[in-house]
Amino acid sequence: MSITFDSSTPEGAEDYLQILAPDGTRHPCPELDHWVEEIDIPALENLYIDMACIRRLDTEGTALQRQGELGLWAPLLGQEAAQIGSGRALEHDDFIFPSYREHGVAYCRGIDPHDLLRMWRGAAPSGWNPYEVNMANQQIVIGAQTLHAAGYAMGLKFDGSSAAAITYFGDGATSQGDVSEAMVFAASYQAPVLFFCQNNHWAISEPATRQTAGYIADRAKGFGLATWRVDGNDVVAVLAATRAALAHVRTGSGPAFIEAVTYRMGAHTTADDPTRYRDALELEEWAAKDPLDRVAAHLDTLGADLAALKERAKQATDDMAAGLREAITTMPDPGVEDLFDHVYSHPHPWLEEQRENYANYLAGFSENVQASK
Amino acid sequence: MKTLTFSQALNTSLRDSMEHDAKVVLMGEDIGKLGGVFRITDELQKDFGEHRVIDTPLAESGIVGAAIGLAFRGYRPVVEIQFDGFVYPAFDQIVSQLAKMHFRSRGNVKLPVTIRIPFGGGIGSPEHHSESPEAYFAHTAGLRVVSPSNPQDAYTMLQQAIADDDPVIFLEPKRRYHVRGEVDTDLVPEPGSLYRAKVAREGADLTLIAYGPLVKTALDAADAAADEGIDIEVIDLRSIEPVDFATLSTSVRKTGRVVITHEAGKFAGIGAELAASLTERCFDHLDHAPVRVTGFDIPYPPAKLENHHLPDLDRILDGVDRAMRRTAPLLGEDG
Repeated sequence: MSITFDSSTPEGAEDYLQILAPDGTRHPCPELDHWVEEIDIPALENLYIDMACIRRLDTEGTALQRQGELGLWAPLLGQEAAQIGSGRALEHDDFIFPSYREHGVAYCRGIDPHDLLRMWRGAAPSGWNPYEVNMANQQIVIGAQTLHAAGYAMGLKFDGSSAAAITYFGDGATSQGDVSEAMVFAASYQAPVLFFCQNNHWAISEPATRQTAGYIADRAKGFGLATWRVDGNDVVAVLAATRAALAHVRTGSGPAFIEAVTYRMGAHTTADDPTRYRDALELEEWAAKDPLDRVAAHLDTLGADLAALKERAKQATDDMAAGLREAITTMPDPGVEDLFDHVYSHPHPWLEEQRENYANYLAGFSENVQASK
Repeated sequence: MKTLTFSQALNTSLRDSMEHDAKVVLMGEDIGKLGGVFRITDELQKDFGEHRVIDTPLAESGIVGAAIGLAFRGYRPVVEIQFDGFVYPAFDQIVSQLAKMHFRSRGNVKLPVTIRIPFGGGIGSPEHHSESPEAYFAHTAGLRVVSPSNPQDAYTMLQQAIADDDPVIFLEPKRRYHVRGEVDTDLVPEPGSLYRAKVAREGADLTLIAYGPLVKTALDAADAAADEGIDIEVIDLRSIEPVDFATLSTSVRKTGRVVITHEAGKFAGIGAELAASLTERCFDHLDHAPVRVTGFDIPYPPAKLENHHLPDLDRILDGVDRAMRRTAPLLGEDG
């Protein structure tokens, strides 16, 4: 007898909190509505523009990789609402510990296009100074950053700070021991940290059902975390849930967890080929739940000027694309001297020897070149 | 000057560091009310509070990962790993996160985390309690690895490790915890001296390099060899990463012979690196190939066999005989 696993995903509208349905209809959501009472037409339009911008950022990232300008890119397509809704709920003093797909959250932090692309181009091990934007650099080891967020939040608590830490990770990361340990530490010290899981249904080729037999959010409840399971393609619901969760952690009520149910419409990275493992019908199903379309449809029902909005979005996204192109064309390659910098914070005799020897070796070539001329 | 045991010197060093810098916090399993299984943190939670002497959940990756987060926030965590064999669950957080953060953040994020690990054998423990993991960490760029051999160094080097802006793996020779020695707590160490080796005994005929638990054994071996007319220079390495090659090379150029001893296995161990590097640097001065006297390349054996595994005075002297080309060495190994 063969054992088969059900790879279908258990979900439905009743399983998560939702404010805007895919067709743009606004439903009452007693748990979340009061967190987004002030979200009016201009605010919705801004959220739409934000999502359009990071979609364009993502499109450009993939294109730049295809053109050989970037070594790799990790697309966020489909996850715009999860990243903008949460990113726009954060205060400046809140500290973010991301994975590697949170370009949209980095955009919310105002991170410069050079700094967004630097690591993906292979020009530096990371992009930005974390302390200037209160956001750690990309984390590639799956789930490792969640522990850093828990520790940072312990520090916030010791300091009596009103800020929060937030950490981003995916459905695949929830299988990592570090994520469980991070929830144990956060709960044990009642640290002000929000665990934000973008369940995008795929960890490269493995469906979320390979990581969990039930809801990921239910697992967090077992660790004693306040938990929200939310429609991750509904930017208003994500904004509301993130505000609710941050309010919870800021008041000293302990850590919180959000499972944002979304979908990775693109490949895992530009090196991946999802047609090998994913059904095209599933993509169609999720395309119908698009994060941008539902905001536009909702704005339409409110009588907003959609044509003007689309024009604004075009301008903003074109500016975004131009900024990225300009960043790539003006980004200097690293110098060989950068090889040995920052391994330690103060000089290290063995490395200084290697640096000097390698410089002499390279200098020998240039002397040969000179001599042969 | 006070007479303190090795463990009291560590305890005093932690206390003084915490009094000196309010950002120093201690983290580990059972370090609070119990004072740690070796009592290194005895009484510290009572005096500094639960937020500075933090009993942690039983999860080593979690301890190191959370320490990294605290360091991100400006703290200076000192982590206690209960035993050497329990550090491996934290390996990713140490080698991929702690070691590399300064490099990957292009110098923006400093992680001044000290990881204290009671290490080495000789106390009759069951498995996973007697390991010597120093080569794993020394091999990883971004980490510094040190091991004191006496109470004064325990006091001074721990304070220096905590004050260092780089992560430091601090290996405590647990079988020396009860050794007594004079400790000057007012001693102001020279900057950078944490990473310098010390000539523990001067000699002209052969350089014997040891660190941590085996420095005492090496000094005893040198005394015994003196009875046979061999004048051994003993070097206490103190810093395993970086290695103070200047001090080592000076000695080896003088003596022309070198024996290296450690408890860890021979293959790809610290002795291999020292033998290779000293050969590269001092080849023309050597009268014999470097000789390593080490633990065997086996899992740490049961307590009733550990005295065969651990280099002792006689095995070190056998290595000395080989390096001196004296006849009838005990083991008959090729150097």
